[in-house]
Amino acid sequence: MKVKMLSRNPDSYVRETKLDLQRVPRNYDPTLHPFEVPREYVRALNATKLERVFAKPFLASLDGHRDGVSCLAKHPKSLATVLSGACDGEVRIWNLTKRKCIRMIQAHEGFVRGICTRFCGTSFFTVGDDKTVKQWKMDGPSYGEEEEPLHTILGKTVYTGIDHHWKEAVFATCGQQVDIWDEQRTSPICSMTWGFDSISSVKFNPIETFLLGSCASDRNIVLYDMRQATPLKKVILDMRTNTICWNPMEAFIFTAANEDYNLYTFDMRALDTPVMIHMDHVSAVLDVDYSPTGKDFVSASFDKSIRIFPVDRSRSREVYHTKRMQHVICVKWTSDSKYIMCGSDEMNIRLWKANASEKLGVLTSREKAATDYNQRLKEKFQHHPHIKRISRHRHLPKSIYSQIQEQRIMKEARRRKELNRIKHSKPGSVQRVSEKKKRVVAVVK
Amino acid sequence: MSLSASAPGPCEIQAGEMSSSRAAKSSLLALNQQGELEDLPRDYPLSTSEDEGDSGGERKHQKLLEAISSLDGKNRRKLAERSEASPKVSEFSVNSEGSGEKLVLSDLLEPVKTSSSLAAVKKQLNRVKSKKTVELPLHREEIHREVAFNKTSQVLSKWDPVAQKNWQAEQLVFPLSKQQSIFPPIEHVVSGWKARTPLEQEIFNLLHKNKQPVTDPLLTPTEKASLKAMSLEEVKMRRAELQRARALQSYYEARARREKKIKSKKYHKLLKKGKAKQALKEFEKLRKVNPAAALEELEKLEKARMMERMSLKPQNSGKWAKSKAVMAKYDLEARQAMQEQLARNKELMQKIQVASESVEEEGGAEEEGEPFVPDVVNEVQVKADRPNPWMFRNHSGDTKEAEVQGDPEELAEPAAQEAPESEEEGPVVAEEILLKEFEERRSLRQKSGLNQIAKPVGSQEAKDLSSQEVLSELRALSQKLNRESHQSRKQELSSTRTVLAVQRGEPSGEEEEPLLLQRPQRARTLDELEELGKEGCFQNKELPRAAVEGQQLERNPSNHLGVPKEKKRKEQMTDLQNLLTTKSPSMKSLAVPTTVEELEDEERDQRQTIKEAFAGDDVIRDFLKEKREAVEASKPKDVDLTLPGWGEWGGVGLKPSAKKRRRFLIKGPEGPPRKDKNLPNVILKEKQNIHAVAHQVRMLPYPFTHHQQFERTIQAPIGSTWDPQRSFQKLTMPKVVTKPGHIIKPIKAEDVGYRSSSRSDLSVVQRNPK
Repeated sequence: MKVKMLSRNPDSYVRETKLDLQRVPRNYDPTLHPFEVPREYVRALNATKLERVFAKPFLASLDGHRDGVSCLAKHPKSLATVLSGACDGEVRIWNLTKRKCIRMIQAHEGFVRGICTRFCGTSFFTVGDDKTVKQWKMDGPSYGEEEEPLHTILGKTVYTGIDHHWKEAVFATCGQQVDIWDEQRTSPICSMTWGFDSISSVKFNPIETFLLGSCASDRNIVLYDMRQATPLKKVILDMRTNTICWNPMEAFIFTAANEDYNLYTFDMRALDTPVMIHMDHVSAVLDVDYSPTGKDFVSASFDKSIRIFPVDRSRSREVYHTKRMQHVICVKWTSDSKYIMCGSDEMNIRLWKANASEKLGVLTSREKAATDYNQRLKEKFQHHPHIKRISRHRHLPKSIYSQIQEQRIMKEARRRKELNRIKHSKPGSVQRVSEKKKRVVAVVK
Repeated sequence: MSLSASAPGPCEIQAGEMSSSRAAKSSLLALNQQGELEDLPRDYPLSTSEDEGDSGGERKHQKLLEAISSLDGKNRRKLAERSEASPKVSEFSVNSEGSGEKLVLSDLLEPVKTSSSLAAVKKQLNRVKSKKTVELPLHREEIHREVAFNKTSQVLSKWDPVAQKNWQAEQLVFPLSKQQSIFPPIEHVVSGWKARTPLEQEIFNLLHKNKQPVTDPLLTPTEKASLKAMSLEEVKMRRAELQRARALQSYYEARARREKKIKSKKYHKLLKKGKAKQALKEFEKLRKVNPAAALEELEKLEKARMMERMSLKPQNSGKWAKSKAVMAKYDLEARQAMQEQLARNKELMQKIQVASESVEEEGGAEEEGEPFVPDVVNEVQVKADRPNPWMFRNHSGDTKEAEVQGDPEELAEPAAQEAPESEEEGPVVAEEILLKEFEERRSLRQKSGLNQIAKPVGSQEAKDLSSQEVLSELRALSQKLNRESHQSRKQELSSTRTVLAVQRGEPSGEEEEPLLLQRPQRARTLDELEELGKEGCFQNKELPRAAVEGQQLERNPSNHLGVPKEKKRKEQMTDLQNLLTTKSPSMKSLAVPTTVEELEDEERDQRQTIKEAFAGDDVIRDFLKEKREAVEASKPKDVDLTLPGWGEWGGVGLKPSAKKRRRFLIKGPEGPPRKDKNLPNVILKEKQNIHAVAHQVRMLPYPFTHHQQFERTIQAPIGSTWDPQRSFQKLTMPKVVTKPGHIIKPIKAEDVGYRSSSRSDLSVVQRNPK
C-alpha cells in the first residue's frame, strides 16, 4: 500500500536568517484571482475617497507681522528658514520647525517691496519704498552690536523688486528701469529700459543665469540678456502681468501671473502664443512660484485662495483657502518641494502641505508601497466618472463659488457671441482666433 | 481694355505705338512715385503735370452726370464708353469706369512686345515686377535685440532634449545631483581617534610593536629599511626568483585545474586504480623488507575501515552524503546518487526491522493468545502468513483448494482471531478490562447457554465446544471493541453482510460470517496502523463507505432479497446521489483490495464534506428558477382589453364571459429567440444595466486614440494580488521621488552632462556696460 504524505521542502519556508522577510507562498494563477478589474476599481475608488478624507493641507500659521506680508524669500541652504517682509517695513526671519520668528528688523520706511537671499545664504537684500537697497547679514548681530545693514544703496527712484543672481555676486532691481548691480559697487553696472512704465518685478533665470525677465505695468513682459546688456523681446498681453517665475527644470519656460485672473506659461523662444493658459482663479493673480521639481507651480490670488497647477494642465489640481486668509500677496514653494508658504494681507504667513493628503514623517516600506499603489490606481482609473467626481470635488468659499459660476456664464456668453458672429457673417470673413492667440496683443522685437 | 482696339486705322499705328509707349511711361512714373523703382532711366522726360489742372473740372462734370443718372431711381449700370466729344481727349484719362476690369501692367506691355527697340525698358520692367515690397529698415537697437534674442534662443534650445527626456522619464529622482558624501581620509579619522577598549589597545600595541604603519598605509619601516639595504643586483636576482616561483606556481595551479576539470569517469577510475596499485606495491615492498611494519600497516588500515564502518551512518551523516546533500540542490546526478543510497539504506533497515517485528508479533501472540486460544489457531496463523489471506479465500471460495488447505472454518476462525489481536496490541489497558469482561461472560454463558451471536452449529461441528466458545467470545469482544470506538461501525457491517449475501446469491452461511466481519475490520486496522489515535477521522470515513455500498446496492438490479431494506436505503442514497457528480458505474467485486477502495473513499469523503457544507442551498435549483424568471420577464406580455360590464351584466362576482375575454385579449408578439436558449448554464441579459453605466467611461480619454488601447490599460492589473513583487514595484513606481529634507536645486548643465559656460556672467557685463 502506498501511503501518501504531505511533504514540504524546508527551503520553501525556512528563512536563512531571522532578518529575512517571511516567505509567503503565492499562486499567481489568474483563475485563482478573478475579477481583477472590478476589484482594482473598487480599490481605486476607496483610495480616492481616502485621499479626500485625509486631505488636510493646512499645517501652521506664522503670526507676528504688524502689517500685510508683502514679500517672502527662501533660504538657499536651510529648509527651515524663511524671510518675510511686511508693508510696514519690517523684515522677519522665521524658523519653520519651531514655527517661530527668530529675528526681526525694521528694514525700511514704508513697504518692503522685495526681498531676496544671496545664493550662499550668508546675507539677504531688501528694497523698500524709501528708495534704498539694503544688504543684511543672515545671522543676527552679536552681543552689543546694533542691528544695521551691511550696505545701503540710496537710489534716485523707488525700487519695486529685487532678485539675486544664482551664482554670482550680482543682483537686479527694478523700478523705472531694470538695474544690474555688482554687490561691491554703489551704482548699477548697467540699467536697461524699454518703454517708460514702472516695472513691477524682475527675475533671474535659475538655469541660464544671464537671462532676466521683468514685467511692467504697461501690460508687457520684457526679457533681458544680462551679458549683452540688452533687452531681447517684449510681449504685450491683454492685461498687466504682476510677476513671473522661471521653471527651475526647463530653462526656456516661465509663467506669468496676470491681472486677468489667468496665468500664462510661455516658451521664451516663441512668445506669440503661450504654451498654456492656466485658469481657475476668479481674481487677479498676484504671485506665482514653481515647485523645485518643475512639475507644478503655485499661484496666489486676490480672491483669497492659492491654487496649485500642474505645468501641463490648464486647470488647477488643488485650491487652498481658509476663512481667515485674506488677499494672498506672496507665495513660495519650499526647496524640498513638500510645503507651500503664503503671506497674505491679514499679516499671517501660512504653511501648507504641497500634497494635501500626504502623510508626513517617515513611512514604513509597506506604507510607501501602499501609497504608491493607491496613487497608481487613482491614475489608472482617473477617467471613470465616479472617481473623477470625487477626486475633483473641493469645498470653496461662497464668494469664489459664485464668482466661478458668474464667470462661467460670462465666458459662455462670449463664446456664443463669437459663434453667432461667425454664423451670421459671410463665410471666411470672420476668422476664429484661438484662445491662446487672443491673449497676446503683440510681440515687439 | 486695350488701346489698339480703339485705334483701327493704319495711319494711326504710329500714334498707337506712341500712345502705348506713353502709357508705359506713365505706369513707370507711378511706380517711381511709390519709391520702389531705383534704376529708372534718366533720359525720359517727366510730363505728368500736363493735365493736372483739368482733372478737377472733369470730376465735377462726372458727379453731375451721376446725379442726373440717379434721378430716375435706379442705379443704372454705367456703360464703358468713350466720350469722343470731350475736348480733352487724352490717353491718360481713358474712362475705365464700369468695365469692372483692372488695368494690369502686362496688358499695357502687350503691344510693346512686338518692338525690339524697347528691350532695355522691358528688362527693367521685368525686374521691377519680380521685386517685392521691402519693410522699413530696422533701427540699430532693434537689430541688436534681434541678434541677441536669436543667440539666446540657440543657447536655450540645447535644453530641449533634457526637458523632453524629463517629461518622458518613468521616474525622476530629486535632487538630481547626488551629493557625494565626503569621507575624510582614514588618516585624519585615526589621528583624531584614541584606542579606548582593551581590544583596541591591544591591537594598537601590536601594531606599534611591529612598527606597522597606523596612519600612512604604505610600507613598514622594516620594509623600507630592507628596500634600502638591498643592492640593485640583489634586488634584480630576487625579483627574477620571485618571478620564476610565481610562474611555476601558476603553471601547477593551471595543471591542477585542468586535471580537476576532466570529467571522464574512466580517467578518474584509472587514476584511482593506479594509486591503489602503487599503494599495494609499496605495501608489498614493505612486507618483504619489514614484515612487522607491514602487519602494523595492515592492522591500521583494517582499523580505519572498521572505524569507518562503525561510525557509518549511511543515511546522510557521512562525509560523502553530506557533500552530496550540499550538491543535491544543483546537481541532478548527486541527487540521484543520494536517493539511491537512501533507498539502499532503507532496504537494509527494512530487512532488519521486518525480522524483528515478526519476532515481536509472534512473541506477542504467544503472550496474549496462549491463555485462551487453542494451538490450532496458532498453527493456522503460521500457515496463513500472507498479505491478506481473506482475499485469497474469497477468490477460491468453492474450489477444491479449500479442502487442500484444510477446513474452511479452521481457516476462518483463527483469522477472526487475528484481527482483535492485532488491534489489542495497541491499547493494553483496555485489553485487560476486556479480558475481565470476557471471563465474566464466559461464566454467564456457561450457565444460561445463551448464544448472543446467533450461530447455528452446522454439520461440520466436530471441534470441541470449548474452542467454539472461545472463538465466539472473541468475536463478541471484537464487536465490543468496535462499538466502543465507533458506533456506526456495526450498522455498516450488517449492511456489508447483506450486500455480500445478495451478491453471492447464496444464503449467508454461518462460517462466512466471521470472514465478512473481518473484511472491513481489516481495512480499518490498516487505517489504524497508519494514524494511531486519530479516531475522529474514522467517523467521517464511515459515511462515504455507506454511500458507496448504497450505490452498489442501487446498481445491482439482480438482487431479489432484502428488497424493502434496500429500498429504504435507496431512498436515502438517491438524495445524495443527485448532488453527486456520478462516476462511471463500475461494479466492484469483493475481491478488490480494500486499500484501493480506501483511496476512492478519500475522494468521496472530500465531496461529502463539501456537500455537507453546502447542504442548505440548492444552487442549481436557484439558478434555474432565476433563469425561468428572466425568461418570463423578457417575454412580451398579453394585453387584456376586456371591460367588465360592457355589453353584459357586471358586478361583484361576475366575470366577463370567456368569449369576450378571448376576443379582447391581444396576444403579445412572439419575441426574438433568446440567445441563451441553448445554453442551459447561462443567463444572458441583453438589457443594459444602468447601475453599471454610472461607473463606465463614456468618452475616450485624451492620450488614447482607440478604445482598445484604453481597455487594455484598464484590464492589466497592477496590484500585488496579480503581479509578482518585482513587477508590482515597477508598475507602481512613483513618477517623482523627492528625498525628504533635501534641498532641490535648479537643474545645472553639469547635471545633464553639458559643459557650463565657463565665462562668468559678471565679467561679460562689466566688459560691455551700457
